[in-house]
Amino acid sequence: MVDITPRAVDAIPPAEVPDVELYHPHSWWTTYVFSQDAKVIAIQYAGTAMAIGLVALVLSWLVRLQLGFPGTFDFITPEAYYQFVTMHGMIMVIYLLTALFLGGFGNYLIPLMVGARDMVFPYVNMLSYWIYLLAVLVLVASFFAPGGPTGAGWTLYPPQAILSGTPGGQQAGILLMLASLILFIIGFTMGGLNYVVTVLQGRTRGMTLMRMPLTVWGIFTATVMALLAFPALFVACVMMLFDRVLGTSFFMPALVEMGEQLSYGGGSPILFQHLFWFFGHPEVYIVALPAFGIVSDLISTHARKNIFGYRMMVWAIVGIGALSFIVWAHHMYVSGMHPWFGFFFATTTLIIAVPTAIKVYNWVLTLWRGDIHLTIPMLFALAFIVTFVNGGLTGLFLGNVVVDVPLSDTMFVVAHFHMVMGVAPIMVVFGAIYHWYPKMTGRMFNEWMGQFHFWVTFIGAYAIFFPMHYVGLVGVPRRYPELGETAFIPDSVHTLNAFITVAALIVGFAQLVFLFNMFWSLRYGRDAGGNPWRATSLEWQTPTTPPPHGNWGKEVPLVYRWAYDYSVPGAPQDFIPQNDPWPEKAAPA
Amino acid sequence: MSVVIVFILVIAGISFWWLAQQRLMSKPWLEQGAAGVLPGLESTGVPTAKLGLGVFLAVVGCLFALFASAYFMRMELSDWRAPPLPSVLWLNTGLLILSSVALHVAVMAARRNQPDMLRLALVAGGLTTLAFLAGQMTAWRTLADGGYFLTGNPATSFFYLLTGMHALHILGGLVGLGWAMAGAWREGASARIAQRVELCAMYWHFLLLIWLALLVLLAGWANDFIDLCRQLLT
Repeated sequence: MVDITPRAVDAIPPAEVPDVELYHPHSWWTTYVFSQDAKVIAIQYAGTAMAIGLVALVLSWLVRLQLGFPGTFDFITPEAYYQFVTMHGMIMVIYLLTALFLGGFGNYLIPLMVGARDMVFPYVNMLSYWIYLLAVLVLVASFFAPGGPTGAGWTLYPPQAILSGTPGGQQAGILLMLASLILFIIGFTMGGLNYVVTVLQGRTRGMTLMRMPLTVWGIFTATVMALLAFPALFVACVMMLFDRVLGTSFFMPALVEMGEQLSYGGGSPILFQHLFWFFGHPEVYIVALPAFGIVSDLISTHARKNIFGYRMMVWAIVGIGALSFIVWAHHMYVSGMHPWFGFFFATTTLIIAVPTAIKVYNWVLTLWRGDIHLTIPMLFALAFIVTFVNGGLTGLFLGNVVVDVPLSDTMFVVAHFHMVMGVAPIMVVFGAIYHWYPKMTGRMFNEWMGQFHFWVTFIGAYAIFFPMHYVGLVGVPRRYPELGETAFIPDSVHTLNAFITVAALIVGFAQLVFLFNMFWSLRYGRDAGGNPWRATSLEWQTPTTPPPHGNWGKEVPLVYRWAYDYSVPGAPQDFIPQNDPWPEKAAPA
Repeated sequence: MSVVIVFILVIAGISFWWLAQQRLMSKPWLEQGAAGVLPGLESTGVPTAKLGLGVFLAVVGCLFALFASAYFMRMELSDWRAPPLPSVLWLNTGLLILSSVALHVAVMAARRNQPDMLRLALVAGGLTTLAFLAGQMTAWRTLADGGYFLTGNPATSFFYLLTGMHALHILGGLVGLGWAMAGAWREGASARIAQRVELCAMYWHFLLLIWLALLVLLAGWANDFIDLCRQLLT
């Protein structure tokens, strides 16, 4: 080993840092509600995201009930179906996954993992959550607005999004949707500034960038991307609001509606698509990169082995982040673009598979001859790898223009992005919650309920989305509430659709077991201790569990090594915490 | 989307340049040792608030780059008729430059610990900024009086949208300036206030830059250049 210390360890000044700068709460309100502690904000973010996520889960049931048993449920009209689909998509992608990974895990893990006492701008951080909550409330309000929420599809393509034929198009639905998105982006920007600057400035002594756990790398890079990508959605929303409310023609072409010439003219719907997907594609990786990072840490910890190719993992994360800004138009192959454009974007899309594949190989090679513990977090991490490979491979199909054009409007696309962007990140969300639950609460979750939750969710997700690929390949179109009597669609498709719906209902109900487990274990779970997984990274080394405001007590930790020293030959135990000076004998006082 | 791609490339360039100094080639699994021995690698050395503002300005820059991209893409369509530029914009530009200069003077005064000069410069900066906003309102009135309304033509719509967005950012900046002023009156030119004033000046310079870019855009000076780029690309 190369010892990069030029002097003896005892030359290091004491790591005592006064925490007088911290805003210490004095009342119940400022401790639990208007808290500036990143960990409380994290739990607020996660709680809100999961609550609105449950709404989206119920919406997906309604969508599936209609597809599986068309005509059975009178209240699911075609308009209602489109509203359910739209809100399900928008909530899951933005209000659940983005908020949970960055606002939830970002807030909880960044300060703890880099050894900081809190985020660098705690007040702005608190504002970020409350604006996010406001955005969610505005979104929920659209369910109760006259005409209901918008049914424009989660991509909100104009011109249909603001015409009277679309549910909510000429009513409050689309206005509340756009307002909510604008609020979300403002709130996220406040949080995002914190995550980035805390990683840049808040790292404790010895925590160089290349010693950070990959979780922090993933969340950091995703945040940088989100800060640059969300403005595109902001611009699109503002311009669409202008079109809808003030009658400008940014996106709206001249058109006749119900025999009546509208006042719009000359606008470009394609312009909206460019703006939307300039945000929309990085968004995929804004969700995926934190998942990549977290899964690397879960695998390393639960296989008791250092992560394979740490440097390569870091470079791949940064590389994917940069590349994801030049692939957006692969969502627009069917918009009538120039063939050379399609060729360019197909090429960049396939190139992005290279760093992604590097990551998959590295995860598998980390598992190779590891001491694999099949704990609940590990099961979810393994399920992620399998699912991500599955969804990623169909992505290679769809990245090619000639394959995408016939498949673009079929259920194949639905199956693809649910595998890669729905199921895979959700597996990581569950794995991460099970992994860090003992740190957040000081108690272990119930193992058997966890096993039940995992197996039903994992097998159930495949029961839902595997058949959907076949349904798509026979040409069943997406976006249709009912297939009706269609010659090319065989009966087996209807049987499969019913099967998928039953599976979706079962998987949905299994999530109640997860929620029950979280609340039950809070009270009845056995005591977890400070470091139940015997992990190396800093968050497991806090003096008390759960960590208090300020995290570290009197001294911030001093970092001697990277985050992956598992099973080091000659070490007294099979892991060496990052703040352990081994093989030096005494830690500096 | 070429404007925003260029912007993203610049950001990526800065990021990679910075990352390249962070020992990305190091082998952390071989290197163990105590902290405090890797100077410059633990934080950037820039004050945290300044770095935070810098990141925020990158986001603002991205926002305006996207608006500019949308502007150029919409411009290609046949119904585009640019409105005449109200001449008051030249006065406004002068005012915004003056306010930027005033805030620069304020930074100097704060560093040299001259509280009176600091207060004077802050007030001058605030007043010229307010005058700029009033001037922008006048420009809107001039356009509306000439029959160029928001809904008339996409070029006019963009004029209102872009100047409005810029004015909103200036208004946000005025809140920060008020905060710096309150401090300057209470504590004079302390180090804390000096930092606040520096942040304001940084924000003002950036918004001046954005304004000059918008002016180039709205006056159509970039059109020939864009045509050239378009020919090269096709």
